[in-house]
Amino acid sequence: MKDTFTIGGIALKSRLFVGTGKFSSHQIMTEAIEASNAQVVTVALRRIDLDSAEENVLNFIPKNCILLPNTSGARTAEEAVRIARIARAAGCGNWIKIEVISDHKYLLPDNYETIKATEILAKEGFVVLPYMNPDLMVAKRLQEAGAAAVMPLGAPIGTNRGLKTKEMIRILIDEINLPIIVDAGIGKPSEAAEAMEMGAAAVLVNTAIATAGDPVAMARAFDLAVQAGRMAHISGPGATRLYAEASSPLTGFLE
Amino acid sequence: MSFYQRYADYKDFDFLGFFEDITDHDVLQVLGKEKRNEKDFLILLSPQAGKYLEAMAQKAHRLTVQHFGKVILLYTPLYLADYCVNRCAYCSFNVVNSFPRKRLSMEELEREAQAIARTELKHILILTGESRHHTPVEYIRDCVRILKKYFSSIAIEIYPLKREEYRQLVDEGVDGLTIYQEVYNEKVYDEVHISGPKKNYRYRLDAPERGCQAGMRSVNIGTLLGLDDWRREAFFMGLHAAYLQNQYLDVEIGVSLPRIRPHIGSFQPKSPVGDRDLVQIMLAVRLFLPRVGIAISTREQADLRDHLLPLGVTRMSAGVSTAVGGHTDKAAGSSQFDISDHRSVEEMKVMLKKKGYQPIFKDWDRI
Repeated sequence: MKDTFTIGGIALKSRLFVGTGKFSSHQIMTEAIEASNAQVVTVALRRIDLDSAEENVLNFIPKNCILLPNTSGARTAEEAVRIARIARAAGCGNWIKIEVISDHKYLLPDNYETIKATEILAKEGFVVLPYMNPDLMVAKRLQEAGAAAVMPLGAPIGTNRGLKTKEMIRILIDEINLPIIVDAGIGKPSEAAEAMEMGAAAVLVNTAIATAGDPVAMARAFDLAVQAGRMAHISGPGATRLYAEASSPLTGFLE
Repeated sequence: MSFYQRYADYKDFDFLGFFEDITDHDVLQVLGKEKRNEKDFLILLSPQAGKYLEAMAQKAHRLTVQHFGKVILLYTPLYLADYCVNRCAYCSFNVVNSFPRKRLSMEELEREAQAIARTELKHILILTGESRHHTPVEYIRDCVRILKKYFSSIAIEIYPLKREEYRQLVDEGVDGLTIYQEVYNEKVYDEVHISGPKKNYRYRLDAPERGCQAGMRSVNIGTLLGLDDWRREAFFMGLHAAYLQNQYLDVEIGVSLPRIRPHIGSFQPKSPVGDRDLVQIMLAVRLFLPRVGIAISTREQADLRDHLLPLGVTRMSAGVSTAVGGHTDKAAGSSQFDISDHRSVEEMKVMLKKKGYQPIFKDWDRI
């Protein structure tokens, strides 16, 4: 069975996106990305050091991966737009993950500024993947603005707290006609599987892999969990019941 | 609103009495919490909590790795000038100390910048003493214009400015501000700042806030450990950081934990801060403020810095000279204080990698 989903005209097989922050070394990051089988890898433009071969993170991302530069550090739409343009000019392709965060305590995204940035960048031909706080109206606006996918958070970035916003994400999956990629907060492979079972198109994982005791093994575990969750979603899980079926039905007399 | 109001809330607080009443149970309860308030922070700074450093360390380490990852940002200070009109009892640049003073010319600055850039560092912190005559804001601006060519992040550690002046520097390309209150205890502040514009406690206290308002991305505060009782001072510093975090959500707030170092003059720290004490401060700060940046400078010895690394540190300086022109001229003038860790950027890089940490050279792009 061929199960792919399309973003920016590219059919993606792997439904696990990974991040590049917080790894203890570039080498471990490379191995973890390879073990994750991810096709899309996000990297903060502000971290890219084009002057240094040894330190340039881009040199450590497997060549067959699609680069998803992100606008980490942007506090306003205007800054996000500037970062996106720099990323494209630097040869990082035309995919961009918009992160507009003006809150350093919880690192929660600013939905309003995110919509503005999405609108501008989509018009400029970027494949825009906005990171957002799951809100249906905002997701609709992002869709109208030309987003290629919507990336709601499961919990604040880096908290590993799991799918705290599950009900809101479920609504986005039901109502928005774009791939929903759960980004941020996923701490365990089981939570990634849960998001996939719900019908998310993909998940993005960084902290849970990068800060694991064995990041490479954890990357592989996430790959398997995402595949399992996806398979379960397609297979259509059996309905769950709260009670066992009664042996003497109350409506039996109607038969 | 100013942090002074928060300071005033605790100014006459009976710290000793509070500490006396703390039990082991109180400490354990705070350790078990997921989120800690300012009273909890004070409990973690108590003598009683000193018995639980290992448990605190384990938690602090986990929190740091979770929020920042196994990475350390490297930067280096660049001294622009050592002219100073203040008389601060603890500092070599003190106006009464006589040594040949110096200010970098633009050509000299460019050479310093090139020397530092060769080490691949991308984050720089520029410093001067307080002399609006020798190093006015216009001079700093000229310096920034040159440094922009070599560094992706420029922070300043200079005399306190007006909000408008901070904004001018932000517009020119400065993204970080470091300014230490030195000592939060107002009385001690007045004693050690014998004369000069630095005598104005409130103006300095509000400087980090003015920086936040002017659009700085990161603001770093600190207290010079040793000038007054460290438990009290660390508490006020943490409170100040929390205040700034709450008021200016979009600014990355950081703290430094500088201990007084030998310098020209004979001032001796009133309240020495031992290694255990320094560790307790760092751990308490991390547990109270999980997202705050923590810097450990080369005031501390290499061995101690290496051990502090996993406890909460997020930034370290490397290849340091605290003398004006010290990056190009090894025999450069007087340094602001003696450093204890003389390791080059390359040596720091090797050490970090050996310890399982990724050295980060670039974490910002001027946009």
